[in-house]
Amino acid sequence: MSAAKKKAKARTKAKAKRAAPSRARSRNSEEWWELRLYVAGKTALGIQAFENLKRVCEEHLHGRYRIEVVDLLVNPTLARGDQILAVPTLVRQLPPPIKKIIGDFSNTERLLVGLNLRQLKV
Amino acid sequence: MRKVQRKSVKARTLSPLKKALTGIEGLDTVTDGGFPRGRATLICGGPGCGKTLFGLQFIINGIALGEPGVVISFEETADDLTKNVASLGVDLDKLVRSKKLAIDHVHIDRSEILETGGFDLAGLFVRIAQAVSSVGAKRILLDTVEVLFSGFSNQGLLRAELERLFRWLKDHGLTAVITGERGEAALTRHGLEEYISDCVLSLDHRVTDQVTTRRVRVVKYRGSTHGTNEYPFLIGERGISVLPITGVGLDYQVSESRVRTGAPALDEMLGGKGYFRGSSVLISGTAGTGKSSLAASFAVATCARGEKCLYFALEEPATQVVRNMKSIGLDLQPLVDQGLLSIVAARPTLVGLEQHLVAMHVAVERVKPKALVVDPISSLVSGGNAHEVKSMLVRLFDYLKRKGITGLFTYLSAARGLEETDLDVSSLTDSWIELRDVDRSGERNRALYILKSRGMAHSNQVRELLITNHGLELVDAVVGPQGVIVGSARVAQLAEDQRAARNRQQSAALRQRELERKRRVVNAQIEALRAELSASEEELRREVDDSEREDSAAREQQLRMRQTKLGARRPSNGKP
Repeated sequence: MSAAKKKAKARTKAKAKRAAPSRARSRNSEEWWELRLYVAGKTALGIQAFENLKRVCEEHLHGRYRIEVVDLLVNPTLARGDQILAVPTLVRQLPPPIKKIIGDFSNTERLLVGLNLRQLKV
Repeated sequence: MRKVQRKSVKARTLSPLKKALTGIEGLDTVTDGGFPRGRATLICGGPGCGKTLFGLQFIINGIALGEPGVVISFEETADDLTKNVASLGVDLDKLVRSKKLAIDHVHIDRSEILETGGFDLAGLFVRIAQAVSSVGAKRILLDTVEVLFSGFSNQGLLRAELERLFRWLKDHGLTAVITGERGEAALTRHGLEEYISDCVLSLDHRVTDQVTTRRVRVVKYRGSTHGTNEYPFLIGERGISVLPITGVGLDYQVSESRVRTGAPALDEMLGGKGYFRGSSVLISGTAGTGKSSLAASFAVATCARGEKCLYFALEEPATQVVRNMKSIGLDLQPLVDQGLLSIVAARPTLVGLEQHLVAMHVAVERVKPKALVVDPISSLVSGGNAHEVKSMLVRLFDYLKRKGITGLFTYLSAARGLEETDLDVSSLTDSWIELRDVDRSGERNRALYILKSRGMAHSNQVRELLITNHGLELVDAVVGPQGVIVGSARVAQLAEDQRAARNRQQSAALRQRELERKRRVVNAQIEALRAELSASEEELRREVDDSEREDSAAREQQLRMRQTKLGARRPSNGKP
């Protein structure tokens, strides 16, 4: 594995940390969003997807979400577990049911539907 | 653009296309050595055609050839695949554990997926790459990649990604098999043939008269010769076998040696030695003329030489064949127990014609017999039309000749006494024996003719075939005023002949005696006449003697008288 890839992984991990506030899982009444974003390397699509996702989450789910970014080039075996084909894929693990949202999330409307946030907006 | 590139590649490399053996019986012959190595082969066909099995066998056989493989299954889970091929005696789990095979089940659930903009299939690539590198795969099966089209709505993007995927496979030197569902007008529903065009196989599943036959055809194969026909194939116990090809040439070795027919009198008719080894023999006849009995006799004769015989019973179960033959003094059971005789019973209509042929091939390969009996081939007509049956039989005969196996086939003729078969197979066989029933004076009897027997002197006389409780016997048929006489009429004719002969004999003796008597009478008469004659002769002689005596006495008297008269004058002159 190349050093560049490791760096990329470190960066995405860091981003994930920034995006997930430390008071995670502290509330009971509110819903919690557990999200995992699969990317394959540091591609334009991946970066765009992450940025779009973060923007929407900050806007609608501030403090109630966690994004884990998985780079399949680093952890190829993880692709099987979540049945990942397309990248970027966002797996909404919580709230149930599990939902897969693929694409760069340029369609915010659909992303909100996928995150089960559409009713919030209406 | 792609085409131009490929052409230039072709022009550069003059060495023939490298191929990867599929290990599938017959398919390697059709494709002239297997699938193109390092390229993708598309196998398309409708549901239930055996696409997946074709692909899996390619992978499994590849492993046996020392080429690890990867199965990317879009439809079935690894567990399902394992169960599916377990019946073929392949343990996928074991192959996976020994790091020769990697299976990845790619599951796509449309309801779980939401598209929100641009994406690519890097995830799939990653998974394939991971699977390939985990076992060092040389072969890969993508089954059925078209499922992707139902998972994603952005078709344009998907196509671009698929093209990238196939290029990726090629770049990594993987020999790939990709399966695709048959489309309405095109080969595949989503036009995969546009991307994979090096080698395309089309599978088919046709029902004719309620019987299905699977067929495979090589639609195209760039840079290679290949068989262009549709070849039937069978999914059997040992996996797929594509049917051996119609005889490429008539170049097999022929044998001079002979094999006994099982009926000594028939051997006698065939130049005293029987059939040629490796020849094909047809026994035709109407129902109940003893075809099966003759066939069974041949089987027994084969086993008696210690050679294996394979008996295909297409009308009776094996146990019934054994029972029935026992009644004519042919005990097959011990031969079966010794493993010399294998009776395979199959219902003609149960499977397609080609499947029968494959079943025969498989059985021949398994048993390795010296002789094969099919009783009767005419019932195969119910499994296909006459043309198909003929083509199948041509292949079967060809195959047997190639293997040097003597084939004996019975044929149930429909028309009585007609020297023809609906199948027109008679021209294919080397020896043709016809059994006819002769229906006369209230009974039916069997007459045997040898219509032809290539390459040997053979009797052209008719014989009567007797089925006795100690086997088959042939008797010289009696020719009477109305032609050939058989059965009790023959016996009667023989008795009549004997009686006539006896009569003739008796009358001759009688005449002889009469003659003798006549002769004796004549002789007696002759004797009497002769006696009479000699008596007359005796009398005559006596009379002559008497008269002579009288004459000489008279002459003496005269002389004395003259001497007395002339005594005084001239005593020296006796006569005047």
